[in-house]
Amino acid sequence: MSVGKNEPRRDGPAKLTGRALYLDDVPIPGCWHGVTVRSSVPHGKIKSIRYDPGFAWDECVVVTAKDIPGKNVVALIESDQPLLADGIVRHREEAIVLIAHADRATAYEAAKRVTIEYEPLPPVFDMEKSDKTFKSFLIERGDLDAGFSAADVVVEGEYRTPSQEQAYIENNAIAAYEENGILIITGSLQCPYYVLKAMKQIFNRDESKIRVIQTVTGGGFGGKEEYPSMIAGHAALLALKAGRPVKIVYDRHEDMAATTKRHPAIVRHRTGLTKDGTLVAQDIEVVMDGGAYATLSAVVLSRGTLHAAGAYECQNVRVRSKVVMTHTPPNGAFRGFGAPQTLFAVELHWEKIADQLKIDSLTLRRRNIFKLGSTTATGQRLLESVGAEECLQRTVKKSQYVSKRKAYDRWNKNPRNPTWKGIGLSVCHHGAGFTGSGEVYLASRAGIALTRSGELIVLAASTEIGQGTNTMFAQVAADALGAPVSWFSVETPDTHKVPDSGPTVASRTCMVVGGLVSRATQELKRAFEAEYGRVPQTPADLKKAAAALCAGAPARRFEVSYEKPPEVAWDDATYRGDAYGVYSYAAIVVDLEIDKLTYEVRVRKVTTAQDIGKAINPLLAKGQIIGGSTQGLGWALLEEPIFKDGVMVNSQLTNYVIPTSLDTPPFDVILVEKPYSRGPFGAKGVGELPMDIPGPAVAAAIKHATGRLIATLPQTPERIASSLT
Amino acid sequence: MITLTVNGRKQSFHGAPFKRLIDVLRENFALTGTKEGCGEGECGACTVLLDGEPVNSCLIPVCQAEGRAVETVESLGAPEKLSKLQAGFLACGGAQCGICTPGMLMTARAHLKSGVRVDETSVREALSGNLCRCTGYQDIVKSVITAAKKK
Repeated sequence: MSVGKNEPRRDGPAKLTGRALYLDDVPIPGCWHGVTVRSSVPHGKIKSIRYDPGFAWDECVVVTAKDIPGKNVVALIESDQPLLADGIVRHREEAIVLIAHADRATAYEAAKRVTIEYEPLPPVFDMEKSDKTFKSFLIERGDLDAGFSAADVVVEGEYRTPSQEQAYIENNAIAAYEENGILIITGSLQCPYYVLKAMKQIFNRDESKIRVIQTVTGGGFGGKEEYPSMIAGHAALLALKAGRPVKIVYDRHEDMAATTKRHPAIVRHRTGLTKDGTLVAQDIEVVMDGGAYATLSAVVLSRGTLHAAGAYECQNVRVRSKVVMTHTPPNGAFRGFGAPQTLFAVELHWEKIADQLKIDSLTLRRRNIFKLGSTTATGQRLLESVGAEECLQRTVKKSQYVSKRKAYDRWNKNPRNPTWKGIGLSVCHHGAGFTGSGEVYLASRAGIALTRSGELIVLAASTEIGQGTNTMFAQVAADALGAPVSWFSVETPDTHKVPDSGPTVASRTCMVVGGLVSRATQELKRAFEAEYGRVPQTPADLKKAAAALCAGAPARRFEVSYEKPPEVAWDDATYRGDAYGVYSYAAIVVDLEIDKLTYEVRVRKVTTAQDIGKAINPLLAKGQIIGGSTQGLGWALLEEPIFKDGVMVNSQLTNYVIPTSLDTPPFDVILVEKPYSRGPFGAKGVGELPMDIPGPAVAAAIKHATGRLIATLPQTPERIASSLT
Repeated sequence: MITLTVNGRKQSFHGAPFKRLIDVLRENFALTGTKEGCGEGECGACTVLLDGEPVNSCLIPVCQAEGRAVETVESLGAPEKLSKLQAGFLACGGAQCGICTPGMLMTARAHLKSGVRVDETSVREALSGNLCRCTGYQDIVKSVITAAKKK
């Protein structure tokens, strides 16, 4: 058995020796460098575009919207975002002109020689003043008025979360060229088939004339989910006009200022409870800032809405949510995808409730937390794999939460101590896979190929972006066949080689696509048994079996498609039913100390238990948990994109601060494995879950330390100082 | 002409003396193991050793390396024969997306050779100029300590 073992990362040796080729490392003969001229106003009409006559434009290729052969649109959910602004700009840093040159420095120089004149239009930056709603949702359960009538207390709160930059260390990078009439797009990306679909519309091309190939990708976290389609379109326009390969490699400033980030959000809670702390009514309102175009906002909002009531049972719930337009660069996918915003609110709200009811938030959570058989706000009954309570219990015990709370209370009472100490708790659920009927619409496919010479190759469009996809797929396939993991390799995500297994997002790669890989491999196993008499046992045996099964063909493919589990029912119209096939669960305790002079926060320890069904590879799974939690700590304490006139002004790693090794505490990670019957070997999702709740746990710990509840992030020394004055 | 030793080999560079060392390594010497993350000395992805000391190669003009020894990730082990440090990273989960890894390895190598006691505190201190967005650092720290114990 390979599942459950720490199989070494497949992509490790190449990455550890500098031999892994990220896009900018790939030698592409004759490749030019593409650069982008962007809007310098947040909203306005383009009056003119002038090119400095003193510059050698004949050495460059220049592209504007009029060069687009097909539709000027980056196709996603809505088709509202142009590939290049044409006549009007709706946000700062919107692409208007593209330039390619043989020399990178000259290309950047050329961009400076373009002058664009605008007729400014009034921008809207405040999401609460926007008059354009991209999408809204309503979830209703029970009778809200009756719930509030039955309540002994009603607690209200407003919580705000800021944007956040993905800050993958490899900036966006894509190259394009045409070869034998096929447009080839290659680069750093999460979702090859999203790029393919976007290219079809831009270039009016049949799928067979477009090929998208992922290169080794230096981090994504959602930031390379939808935006690579934009860069791919740009690189391809330049390449086709130049008649040669063109690559676009963003620098850090451009990547931060122009590309998507986490949606800022405002969440308001009105909560009714009986005096013993039982939830009887939750009325929740969510507003998110989508930025200038719809991009993925509707689905980000959907996930945020579906997680807004938290991992607690309440008979009477209303969630009203909307995502609106502002004149800022579009916000998009980022690990957690709307859930961290709404979970921050519902989790931190417990501290407010605790104060009012004089019952501690741990007791309140225990009273209301999801258990086997609980029903969610959408009416989903949780019938298996519910590890919320176990995560809570084990985290509380391991972290010594209860005794430390008392000890810190004593410490904080002594005015001579130089610090305040605090310990805070949070719990969450996180739906794995696409929301509602999303997986049905996706209709993902994945497979396994057996070559005549006996290679076994996993076929999926899911990308390895650092999370360990390739290693996990090999382990799942190995155990599905009952063969050594060394027999299996994983095909490069290349749309001419692998089926569309959907995007690498939504904590779905292991649970959903891993499930398809497992099923496809079981088909292979049945074929071995039926046509060869057995599953081969040795490499020589495998060669013989392969020759028999391939029967002269170079390879045989076993592919399967997603099948909706019959017990899952969801209604998009009413937003009721099984929002996700299953949920993962997590609890986290953050233990911290605040300097009384500087208000600097030092996180001393993080303890977390996470129920992910089954850890296919515990080392990789823990890597996701520690890494994701660290991004959550960054959001909680350090990271804040500062916007001025609609553009991020701290678009550098110098002034947009992400955690270093000294900002990051030791983590104690407990894996809880409540198997999910539909997941491969019981596995659920792990990718996003760890990002969800470090924020509210930090805020709760700071509240414990200082006595002040700060209802926004990041909790910087400045914010702590102003809360105390 | 600027002459320097790169991974034990004498190399010469003809060109602008203020060309960044990272660009000379990547473009002129085809050593693309050294990565650029921010171009302003903040992320440490481009860390190489200059006479054994870790430096951000995006901030070093090549003329500053005249007559000196540069070591990059390519000087460590090969995929089929990883060095102890690289093997520590593989065993402990020290690399995820891998883009910070070459810089992280070079900084760690300098730390292991520095003679400073290798423990959690000293490793975290040594690596604090190398940003990683994937791992949360714990497994990187463990990787370095594991490698040190194998010496």
